[in-house]
Amino acid sequence: MKMMKNMRKEPLNDTQLLMSITIGIFIVMYLAAIVFLGGGFLHAQQIFDMLNDNASLIIVSCALTIVMIGGGIDISVGAVTSLVVMSCVLYLNSGGNIIVSILLAIGIGLGFGLVHGFLISYLEIQPFIVTLAGMFFARGMTTILSVNPQKVDHEAFAKLRDMKIEIPFLGYTAKNGNFVPARMELGVVVALVCLIFIFVLLKYIRLGRNFYAMGGNQQSALMLGINVKRTRFLSYILSGLLSGISGYVFMMHTGAGNATNAAGMEMNAIASSIIGGTLLTGGVGNVIGTFFGTLTLTTIKKIVVSSGLNDPWWQSITTGGMLCFFIMLQSVVLGKRAKKKNS
Amino acid sequence: MENCLLKMRHIEKRFPGVLALNNVDFTLRKGEIHALMGENGAGKSTLIKILTGVYQMDAGEISIEDTAVSIRSPEDAQNKGISTVYQEITLCPNLTVAENMFIGRGNGGWVRHKEYEKRADEILKQLGIPARSSQQLGSCSLAVQQMVAIARAVDQKCKVLILDEPTSSLDDKEVNMLFDLMRDLKSKGVGIIFVTHFLEQVYEVSDRITVLRNGELVGEYLVEELPQVELVSKMIGKELDELSTLKECDEEDLSQREVFYEAKSLSSSDAEPFDFFIHKGEVNGFTGLLGSGRSESVRAIFGADKVTGGDVTIKGKHAKITRPIDAMKHGIGYLAEDRKRDGIIAELSVRENIMLALQVMNGFFRPISRSESEAFADEYIKVLNIKTASRETPVGSLSGGNQQKVILARWLLTHPDYLILDEPTRGIDVGTKLEIQKLVLKLAEEGVSVTFISSEVEEMLRTCSRLIVMRDRHIVGELKGKDLNQAQVMKTIAGGEA
Repeated sequence: MKMMKNMRKEPLNDTQLLMSITIGIFIVMYLAAIVFLGGGFLHAQQIFDMLNDNASLIIVSCALTIVMIGGGIDISVGAVTSLVVMSCVLYLNSGGNIIVSILLAIGIGLGFGLVHGFLISYLEIQPFIVTLAGMFFARGMTTILSVNPQKVDHEAFAKLRDMKIEIPFLGYTAKNGNFVPARMELGVVVALVCLIFIFVLLKYIRLGRNFYAMGGNQQSALMLGINVKRTRFLSYILSGLLSGISGYVFMMHTGAGNATNAAGMEMNAIASSIIGGTLLTGGVGNVIGTFFGTLTLTTIKKIVVSSGLNDPWWQSITTGGMLCFFIMLQSVVLGKRAKKKNS
Repeated sequence: MENCLLKMRHIEKRFPGVLALNNVDFTLRKGEIHALMGENGAGKSTLIKILTGVYQMDAGEISIEDTAVSIRSPEDAQNKGISTVYQEITLCPNLTVAENMFIGRGNGGWVRHKEYEKRADEILKQLGIPARSSQQLGSCSLAVQQMVAIARAVDQKCKVLILDEPTSSLDDKEVNMLFDLMRDLKSKGVGIIFVTHFLEQVYEVSDRITVLRNGELVGEYLVEELPQVELVSKMIGKELDELSTLKECDEEDLSQREVFYEAKSLSSSDAEPFDFFIHKGEVNGFTGLLGSGRSESVRAIFGADKVTGGDVTIKGKHAKITRPIDAMKHGIGYLAEDRKRDGIIAELSVRENIMLALQVMNGFFRPISRSESEAFADEYIKVLNIKTASRETPVGSLSGGNQQKVILARWLLTHPDYLILDEPTRGIDVGTKLEIQKLVLKLAEEGVSVTFISSEVEEMLRTCSRLIVMRDRHIVGELKGKDLNQAQVMKTIAGGEA
């Protein structure tokens, strides 16, 4: 009897609640797409294409989720991604080594994270301002490196880029009778590994829980004996590191560097996190939600394009609408909760 | 001394210009609940902060279980077995109860949720706290959240538990739950320091009371030996003022005058319903201990908090005041208790601060010309004797008393019919206090009604012709004429059984 009582299921916490809503909406939306637009949405490859195209977005969205859970913001992730792409492309074209190019990507990311984290945590400057400066700096550096688009011309890298993981049982037979297996790029694997790592970090590792505590109530976190400055510093380091990885994944997908690469990516990453149930006020969110947030965002864009609304502004308008809808939904749901508690 | 847990001797703490604690002793025994009492500025919080390592004392000694210690930081205090639960919950509402009890403690990188929850459940059960360890803290009531904070402290093996105003946001039932927990901890040998401004609660749970006043120790008493009225007089202090009464106005004369403002069962989000009136040219006051609801009441009159009900008549006409601007349009001015938060804008100049209220009254589309505003500013700087380098000096650089005068000037400029002054003399020097008191009486002579609130009873006795006494958020008495004396005020504040 007593055991039974202990087994009783807790109601969902805020994070789980918001995440479930997102997953539910994603599934409904995807099913609707299959019903009304059919065709492509029926094939598993549609999902893999979304993952292939958005692996780096998933990674930076995870970065944003970490920072936002801690109550901060990092709007430099897109620009850093772009800088990493351009740097690595130029390095590889000068006859560089693959391993060194990966280290270069991680190094650039960590460098930005280190500076951001130091300025924000120890000099207590607003994260928005610091990462805004970082964003302009990284964009500027990218353009200095090369104004013109640069294509990677490197044998070993070409192999890495073209490496695809084939999943035969999810394939389909094309109209001409050829069997096409589902294909997933290497970058997606990297993204999924990052995702799992961060999921574990946020749930089972002390540092991850400290992010939540800090975002929930900074003063309390301090009183509970958490080193808030160090925790915040580490959140930006992680964000920088992930931006570096994202840059490399981006390059593996496009195989070229361009000064306008990943333009607006930070905003898509923020949108993905928010749609996935991360609150801008901090303390609530997780990366599984963010993953589905990214998928929701890209599915919407696909639906818009498939519906024949090809002009680019339609995607922006629907993204804006979605974001607005989710934020309203979140505030209504959490508001209802608070009301219920008080009554 | 038998089973002595904590001893503080000859504690002294000095802040720039103030001696916050002067030779204060405090003793806490094992298994007792010890109330620390005192009005604003008595030195309670300074003493607590020294004990919790937030401040360092300038002189004195602290010993725990007869071992001399020095407490360097809040972490240090916790390691020595001193835990504090503050008025505002210092936990994270987005985490589970168990996590709130264990986060930030111990070593190792991994968080073992199951193990934490098991241990937390044991402690919660042991202390009889109605919460589940896997519950999100934010879904618990405030009382339970506070108890979780206490549970955390208990699990940290605290010997001394400091509860700083723990009951101020709890309802009666929750307070009883908290008291049961306190008694339970007491029986387990924990020494509890209980800071509160609710007198009844002190008498309900405490064993001993230590009273501080103006940074000095008044004494330590057993609860049974100190009747409530004596406690109040010890907290407020009875020194008769050497200054003669300033007031000459005759009360009988006042009741003939017209009533300027009257409220029937006025209530706000923070104030219980109350009745109130003031005559033209009358000075009256709200008195009561800190937290008795005096400020909340006048804020309701001014519409500063959300007004939830009541009938208001001004000069015999029905009036609706729900926002400060409504009150201002009816000629009511309000000088807020917390001048840093509600009053001055430190970065703006003296002149700009003085002009604020008048500008709002006039509406922002009718600007007041520069030369006009300069003339006004100069006039009031002179009239009120504001000591400032020039009218363009930022207010933040002025002394407290002069800042207060700037806000007074701001309201006087709007020529109010009714002025509410909430703690206008707090934290300012004696000379300026007297100037402000004189000004209040002068305004009254000119026909302005004034409601005056001060923590210092003698100050109110000097200026007010009628005192409304509040206790625990209700008006418990009205004193005037010959009842208007220190003893009677204290008796009313403390409650009937004196």
